[in-house]
Amino acid sequence: MDLITLAVMVVKIIVVFVAMLLTVAYLTWLERKVLGHMQIRYGPLRVGWHGLLQPIADGIKLFFKEDIVVDSANKVIYHLAPFIITVCAFASFAVIPFGGELTLFGHTIPLRIADVNIGILYIFALSSLSVYGITLAGWSSNNKYALMGGLRSSAQMISYELSIGLSIIGVLMLTGSLSIVEIVKAQKEGWFIITQPIGFIVFLICGIAECNRTPFDLPEAESELVAGFHVEYSSMKFALFFMAEYAHMIVVSALVTTLFLGGWYLPFFNIESITPSTLIGQIIVSLLPIGVFGAKVFFFLFFFIWLRATYPRLRYDQLMQFGWKVLFPLALFNVALTAILHIAQLI
Amino acid sequence: MSVVKSIWALICGLQETLGYFLKTTVFGKPATLKYPEERWTPYPRFRGLHRLLRTEEGKEKCVACCLCAAVCPAQCITIETAENEHHEKYAQRYEIDGARCIFCGYCVEACPVGALLMTGEYELADFTRDKLIYTKERLLEE
Repeated sequence: MDLITLAVMVVKIIVVFVAMLLTVAYLTWLERKVLGHMQIRYGPLRVGWHGLLQPIADGIKLFFKEDIVVDSANKVIYHLAPFIITVCAFASFAVIPFGGELTLFGHTIPLRIADVNIGILYIFALSSLSVYGITLAGWSSNNKYALMGGLRSSAQMISYELSIGLSIIGVLMLTGSLSIVEIVKAQKEGWFIITQPIGFIVFLICGIAECNRTPFDLPEAESELVAGFHVEYSSMKFALFFMAEYAHMIVVSALVTTLFLGGWYLPFFNIESITPSTLIGQIIVSLLPIGVFGAKVFFFLFFFIWLRATYPRLRYDQLMQFGWKVLFPLALFNVALTAILHIAQLI
Repeated sequence: MSVVKSIWALICGLQETLGYFLKTTVFGKPATLKYPEERWTPYPRFRGLHRLLRTEEGKEKCVACCLCAAVCPAQCITIETAENEHHEKYAQRYEIDGARCIFCGYCVEACPVGALLMTGEYELADFTRDKLIYTKERLLEE
């Protein structure tokens, strides 16, 4: 690896990480704003123009808050838990391609941090690990509400991880690869949402459950468990949990986009077919796919907030029933159907 | 059928919230006010802070009959009566304890001479309890 490649790599990592952090911060603003308007009120309005500096103010506030460590907590695990969940949430984005290739001064820069040929497995491994963060946080706090939250989280994870795994099997069968880039490239002609509608719906629902968002926010169910697994955390440790939840939302949105909505491709139009003569034009055209990808991700982020404003939380038994009796058979049916249709060469 | 119906119900729910979102962003404004800048104008019959009225000659209407103090369920009206130079009964001291008043308006209803009125004044918060006691002078203002 020569020096330029290394420098490009470092720049890419920094850019993606900063962009991710900023998106997480402003996602909280967006959430409060959208929720506010859906409830016929304004949302944040005072700090900066339309409350735009609110996330920064929140960040500073959380940073200077007292970091309370509970006496009865299991110290090592208590300190470790927020880091597990945050690292898992942020590291998942490493394999998600957010654009095609950028050609700059004769160098071809692939717009992704790492092109792992088993990218999808990597993401699923990390998302399964992140539930440890929640469960351990709940257990080590030595608080009944936190423990309940942690337990619910692990039960929820077992119910949904199977369906989420099965729901992408169809996509993998059609692509014949575990690499996320290959999956996106296979959708150049047609998005997988058309050939895999059941897989898409199952994946989306499980994705919402995966990042503990309403209506599947049982681990933190504030009206019954105070704050669930993070009830004993304050200051930056709480902020880490908060950031992890939003980072998870971004990762799930990005995954839905890459797996089912054709990643950075537009329908009926190939951006790569435009070949401007000037350098600036070329850069703009090669950055356009990032915009397309971002727009799709933004739609899903909005959809997540929209769901939160609309649906009440599921009851515990309803969640289990829904996971095992509806989503799981549906995902299995989708696998069988896709296999049959694929062998019959219909899709 | 029930499955279709419940899925349809979910979609209707999404429609509802999106409708409100559009109604409060693109096509209109939220129902809440940006308070210190925008203030709500009370309706004519709104029950805000009390006011003691004067006659056209500037004399106090109040005849110190103490019916308001008698009817007050929160017992927040204190009246001390006295006799003036024309040998008429008048309220030497007339105090409403704003901290205890429940703004029910019974005092206004009970007044036989219509000396008491409730205004639209609703920003009544203050830093000390003493400042919440409305003396006769304060009630007669304006």
